Amino acid sequence: MEIIACLKQVPDTETQIKIAGDGKSVDTGDIKWIMNPYCEFGVEEALRLKEKFGGTVTVVSVGPARVVESLRTALAMGADKAIHIESATTELSPLTTAKLLAAAIKEVPFDVVFCGQRAVDNDQAQVGPALAELLDLPHVALGIKLEVADDKAKALIHRPVEGQTIVYETPLPFLMTTQKGLNEPRYASLPGIMKAKKKPMDKKDAAALGVSLESTIEVLKLTPPPQRAPGKIVDGETVEEKVVKLVKLLHEEAKVV
Amino acid sequence: MAEGIWFVAEQRDGQLRKVSFEVASTARRLADQAGTSVAGILIGAGLDGVAEKLGTYGADKVFVVNDEAVGQYLPMAYTQIIANIVKENSPAVLILSASTQGKDLSARLAARLGVGLAMDCIELGLNDDKKLVAKRPIYAGKAVAEVLPLGAPQMATTRPNVMPLLEPDESKKPEIVNQPLGLDPAEFKTKVVDILKDTSGKIELTEADIIVSGGRGMKGPENYNILEELADLLGAAVGASRSAVDAGWRPQTDQVGQTGKVVSPNLYIACGISGAIQHLAGMSSSKVIVAVNKDPEAPIFQKADYGVVADLFDAVPLMTQELKKVLEE
Repeated sequence: MEIIACLKQVPDTETQIKIAGDGKSVDTGDIKWIMNPYCEFGVEEALRLKEKFGGTVTVVSVGPARVVESLRTALAMGADKAIHIESATTELSPLTTAKLLAAAIKEVPFDVVFCGQRAVDNDQAQVGPALAELLDLPHVALGIKLEVADDKAKALIHRPVEGQTIVYETPLPFLMTTQKGLNEPRYASLPGIMKAKKKPMDKKDAAALGVSLESTIEVLKLTPPPQRAPGKIVDGETVEEKVVKLVKLLHEEAKVV
Repeated sequence: MAEGIWFVAEQRDGQLRKVSFEVASTARRLADQAGTSVAGILIGAGLDGVAEKLGTYGADKVFVVNDEAVGQYLPMAYTQIIANIVKENSPAVLILSASTQGKDLSARLAARLGVGLAMDCIELGLNDDKKLVAKRPIYAGKAVAEVLPLGAPQMATTRPNVMPLLEPDESKKPEIVNQPLGLDPAEFKTKVVDILKDTSGKIELTEADIIVSGGRGMKGPENYNILEELADLLGAAVGASRSAVDAGWRPQTDQVGQTGKVVSPNLYIACGISGAIQHLAGMSSSKVIVAVNKDPEAPIFQKADYGVVADLFDAVPLMTQELKKVLEE
């Protein structure tokens, strides 16, 4: 089985975000970069499919030279090859990113494609479904359980929605976006890390793939989050007093109960 | 020339979901600014007489595809149907909800139409050229991006529970345009083979008006009953921080935060939650935030509208008692 897992490199979630001088981008100076947590679930699920059915896992990422490190992490986890689509930034608009991924993926055989459900920097949740559309693949987003049938012709995917879980049946090839709860991603072992250094890392770029880097979204400006009006610590000598005051405030002032 | 502010409604089992009224109201508000009209698209089954209600929230017209074959959300079929209607009519703007369905449907649709899409917006407006401008949180809410989606229609999805609803006007009846399915169900690739209902009767976090949430300070799964009592009284949903979920005390589906759910209730009561940035990312859209924590230095107090420095095991049961009294009046 040929399995593709797309991954994005993003700032660690602890990172303090500084808006750059141009007011339209984030200062990437001091950032610690990691594999997007949601993409890790995709890499792990790809490896489990390979363990069950045999075949190869190819990981793909768009970005500057630094993304090679995240691709190597995936290779160290057990992926077989990597494709690095070079671009100056990981901040292309989602459809542009999807076009680059689609162009690279079309060049190789595939049965299943995984994408993280969203990237924790831009939070757009667009690349997966957009990629499915560009590859003309059925997709199920936010899969929490995947069962590929032994005949490899169909798969069942559990997708939680508001108040229920929908079980979809899809033929192969398909694309699934991955979320927390799908699996526990493995850590790269030391032997895995050593082996990763020798695994193939293909380089591609937009020109070679025939993709225009035109953006589909114009960023006008970035601002810090809206400040909430300062709150109050409810005073009182005892817990009882504080609670009585709180409930009164919620009922009469905030009017939320 | 692209014209009209459009929305895609969402239904379940033939009933319109609340997010449908949110996107209709938003479209109406923008259309009034632009001096143009509002149309909606509704796909589902068992929809006789259902689309009319969208008129009370501002739709001038609703395109309805009412067929058993598309009663459940099928990404490719829904994308195809909407894309066809959009291409025939050229609206200027298309708005969906950033509900679970809306998120991947809008993304696939934007790729089909080759247009820009701003996801999970907390504010939508028009600039001087009547172009849609959207504000959306990024980096888990650590910054807000103001963006202009390119192409036509400009697309955006709205964060559930944030956009205000119009006062419904029962006198407004939209023009209903019934569209045939136009697709052969035998060719659908994906099928829904089962629906596992959440029979616990739990209120869905992303739709709750009130959420009572517990974190590491809860000390164990057995203690959540005090939150559940408070929640029952308020008709609230119960959430959890990542610590509680990682400790196995509460299910992943209850997690509020950057790697959990983003919620926007009217009232969020955070009990024994310190207020890590990643948790705040999930609930900063709450209208009113209450924090109960025995640590006066807990970062959550910076974000709370009302803070109670107290042991939650004392405070929460007292809150339930006190609220019972007040609500009975």
